[in-house]
Amino acid sequence: MLIFEKSRPGRGCSAIPACDVEQYTLPDDDMRESDLHLPEMAEVDLSRHYTELAKKAHGVNDGFYPLGSCTMKYNPKVNEQMAALDGFTQIHPLQPVETVQGCLQILKETEDALSAITGMSNFTLQPAAGAHGEFTGLLLIKAYHLANGDTQRRKIIVPDSAHGTNPASAVMAGMEVINVDSDEKGLVDVEKLREVCAGNDEIAGLMLTNPNTAGLFDPNIKEITDIIHECGGQCYYDGANLNAVMGWARPGDMGFDCVHLNLHKTFSTPHGGGGPGSGPVGCKEHLAKFMPGVYAVEKDGVYDFAKAEASLGEMKNFYGNFLVAVKALTYIKMLGKEGIPEASKNAVLNANYMMKKLSAVYDIAFKPEVCMHEFVMDIGRQAKETGVTAMDIAKGLLDNGIHPPTMYFPLTVHEALMAEPCETESKETLDWAIGVFMELNEIAYSDPEKLHQAPVKTPVTRLDEVGAARHPVLKYEFE
Amino acid sequence: MELKNDALYMKSHEWVVIDGDTATVGISDYAQSELGDLVFVNLPEPGDEVTAGETFADVESVKAVSDIYSPVSGVIAEINEELLDAPELINENANDAWFIKVENVTEQAEELMSPEDYETFCAEEE
Repeated sequence: MLIFEKSRPGRGCSAIPACDVEQYTLPDDDMRESDLHLPEMAEVDLSRHYTELAKKAHGVNDGFYPLGSCTMKYNPKVNEQMAALDGFTQIHPLQPVETVQGCLQILKETEDALSAITGMSNFTLQPAAGAHGEFTGLLLIKAYHLANGDTQRRKIIVPDSAHGTNPASAVMAGMEVINVDSDEKGLVDVEKLREVCAGNDEIAGLMLTNPNTAGLFDPNIKEITDIIHECGGQCYYDGANLNAVMGWARPGDMGFDCVHLNLHKTFSTPHGGGGPGSGPVGCKEHLAKFMPGVYAVEKDGVYDFAKAEASLGEMKNFYGNFLVAVKALTYIKMLGKEGIPEASKNAVLNANYMMKKLSAVYDIAFKPEVCMHEFVMDIGRQAKETGVTAMDIAKGLLDNGIHPPTMYFPLTVHEALMAEPCETESKETLDWAIGVFMELNEIAYSDPEKLHQAPVKTPVTRLDEVGAARHPVLKYEFE
Repeated sequence: MELKNDALYMKSHEWVVIDGDTATVGISDYAQSELGDLVFVNLPEPGDEVTAGETFADVESVKAVSDIYSPVSGVIAEINEELLDAPELINENANDAWFIKVENVTEQAEELMSPEDYETFCAEEE
């Protein structure tokens, strides 16, 4: 039941004192045409409403959440404690900088830490999420080409294994997308890339995730970025999969010119409803003069704001989602120089442990010897032999209290389940989850109908996804 | 798979029926079954130009969004507006559910296949 349906006129959570100033009625032109529909509820009912909703959802605090390319790692509670401190919450973005020196220090230290981890020279914390970061990065590349008088450089190369947001961001930035197919190992086809780029002065750049969505680190990465630079393009690193390599390999050293990170993935801040997200963008020196917003600078222990000389303008108001940066910096400082690479190492170890065990009954796409932080199962064989699809296995997992892996992605694998266990899961959790996956494979062969019906134990059972997409109901209709 | 006998096929799974300098374009029965239940179709406008081998529309299923490529170059004379409200028509009968009619056809995409060759091609894709 929606909160609007539970609302009763006159109920509320607080007793507001009577108005003690003269009332003023706005001119008709400025008045709403209909009343605001604010739900009216007692605090106890409100509290129960949201507790009930929380019980119906599945988060990292409820159970295993191996959602590939989303890095659903556990978010340490200390992050929340830091972000809740009065010094960070009881402030205003326009207050004089001398009264918020600590906050500026947080911005500066976060920018510096992210630069050190990625091999960039500058960072902006303005972008609100990953795709917003992609858009920002592409605008930097565009500004760079325009400043060089290269108005014809409008084409962005995106491999077919890229995240769907990459081509979308490129189009948003006014660029044209060139798709380059992967080779049979799931990696960028270097020869095809060379063909597209050779002497091509219309190439604005390349967008790449490394490791890619199949969990594979591209060993030709330096060659790939060299090819782009040789034809005058810039290289954009999508940081979605940084969790596999932080502290081990830096996008800057791979030859990338700019990068976005997802603090809500790699740096343990909440996703989605627990967000907001944050998608900081880093760049090398030659792009720094175009950076958006303001950034913190320090001189003799005093912090101030500065603006880039040819700034793009504002990507978001003020300093981005500041409290998310507080949480991410807390995480970085808690782990430190030793902990950051260890987190990545364990993420890769956990993924390989799961992949090896599951490869006994599930086909692994692209058959890698070792994967990085994630791997892709191909349910095509089961689908052909039993009729049980990736969707059915995903629904079966729900009945066992496991959030399904990412489904039907990457697009190059038809019945894909992309699993990313993360470093924060114990061997016991992984062994239990592997057992569930094994059991679902057995059920696919012994009782496929059971999986077609799944889930049956969840608060809502199998949803009509086609009906929901064809006839979406997007808002509550008030009587 | 239901083949459309009077059509030619692209490797990217579009069919085209060419009649003089006009052409009708849709997607193959194989394509609709691989895509699964379609939930959204995005079509261009009559009067827009299409180029052989370049994308002119996209379809969305519960799994993914896919680009649709034009087998011919020309000018769009008509679009199948019915598909916009009822993308399921493509799943029901992909051979009848045409996307666009093109006039002033000047060019065909390279490597258009006969229905028989297309069937072999799809069997190899499996």
